[in-house]
Amino acid sequence: MGTQVFYFVATLSIIFSLMVIFAKNPIHSVLYLILTFFTFTVHYVLLNAQFLAVVNFIVYMGAIMVLFLFVLMLLNLNKETEPVKSPLIKIVGVIAGCCLIVTLVGSFKAVSINSPLILKDPGLGLVENLGKELFGPFLLPFELSSLLLLAAMVGAVLLSKRDEVEA
Amino acid sequence: MDIAFIIEKFILVAVIFGISLVIAMYSTYAERKVAAYLQDRLGPDRAGPFGILQPLADGLKMFMKEEIIPTTSSKWLFIVGPGLALLCACIGTAVIPWGSPMLIGGKVVPLQVSDINVGVLYIFGVVSLGVYGVMIGGWASNNKYSLLSAIRAASQNISYEIAMGLSIIALLLMTNTLSLKEIVDQQHGFNWNVWYQPLGFLIFMVCSFAETNRAPFDLPECETELIGGYHTEYSSMKLGFYLFAEYINMFVSSAVMATLYFGGYNYPGMDSMATLLGPTWAPLFGTAILFGKIFFFIFFFMWVRWTIPRFRYDQLMNLGWKGLIPLAIANIIITGVVIAIIEKF
Repeated sequence: MGTQVFYFVATLSIIFSLMVIFAKNPIHSVLYLILTFFTFTVHYVLLNAQFLAVVNFIVYMGAIMVLFLFVLMLLNLNKETEPVKSPLIKIVGVIAGCCLIVTLVGSFKAVSINSPLILKDPGLGLVENLGKELFGPFLLPFELSSLLLLAAMVGAVLLSKRDEVEA
Repeated sequence: MDIAFIIEKFILVAVIFGISLVIAMYSTYAERKVAAYLQDRLGPDRAGPFGILQPLADGLKMFMKEEIIPTTSSKWLFIVGPGLALLCACIGTAVIPWGSPMLIGGKVVPLQVSDINVGVLYIFGVVSLGVYGVMIGGWASNNKYSLLSAIRAASQNISYEIAMGLSIIALLLMTNTLSLKEIVDQQHGFNWNVWYQPLGFLIFMVCSFAETNRAPFDLPECETELIGGYHTEYSSMKLGFYLFAEYINMFVSSAVMATLYFGGYNYPGMDSMATLLGPTWAPLFGTAILFGKIFFFIFFFMWVRWTIPRFRYDQLMNLGWKGLIPLAIANIIITGVVIAIIEKF
């Protein structure tokens, strides 16, 4: 049953991610992206990674996409205001896309996709085990990445602050 | 997964769903009665004795109203908005433990739909999803007031979610688990979390007022500035869905507060009651106690609404970012230090 569910959800993810690209309205695009993230959450649950699933749900669906939606609603973009792109840009886009496909196909050939990846420890995604892993063997990278995030946050605040002299 | 299991869960879900709808319905009545009491009026008293049929009359009125979908709106999203708001309000009840396992006909039935081991985070996820109903509805209306209100709602929810999450973290430091069932079982008798986390509870409660868009944080529906708020363009049952979602949210967040901080279905002297009533009726009594706590919190929501005036927008943001978040972080640090000291000695 797991395999059928996986293929069903995987099909949905592909359909929704295509809709993200093909939707004319940027707001619809973002809403499809939210649905795509929701299917990812289901994928995580299927992989028994409950913590990752729920964090993906909260952070990506609940916070980041709300901000995306927020900005787009404020900008109020629609078809009329969208700048018409010159044919040169379109040609460049097609070439870049083709290059990406070639790279992807090449890398898929290099990795033998016929051998399925089997998790050594199926309980790894549970909160307790994940916490022990993060704060045990991976403590240094974890702390470093949190420092990085803090630096980014401070930077954003600094950028958004007006100059005292100007104000 | 046998068929009995599915039937059992189905019945439980149906009962909980029904109860939440009825409670939400009668919250509207209670709100008007509480408001009337606080303002020295009578409140609704025409429909039935003491006006208890008033919610039915209101519901009927909602159904009978003309359904209007503005021609300039995005039709599908206009319909999806209220549906999503109601859905997000309802699914939160799935992980709340309503009572200790109950013995029915020789079978032990857990009074909880699903005991997932990330229950607290699930609640949090549902809360963060709730804002989409408002945002989508507000945007789809294609009305500047609705849009402004939706954006207000979104920024308010995001801001207060952070403080709410931080206040829960301090609680989780103590409980060492994310499962709501285990958190409730740890608070056996009168050993409630609120005695250890009074500040955390206060922050959590203020944030849940903001998350449910209740006064004094009901800026998204500030009539003087935004006409009706994000549901200005809505009529009939779609408007009803939005209003209903608010009351269900109130019920769910009351239930979460009672579960996380006020012991859920635990009460002092529950062990002697358990031997007195037996394994079938004692859990039901516990459930009744839990509902008593929930009703108190719902009353508290209303009490505050008719006591404290609405915040101004900058006051709201100041309180969230400069008041509650630093307090919540301080609470985490204090909790951590105290736990470290206790473990050391």
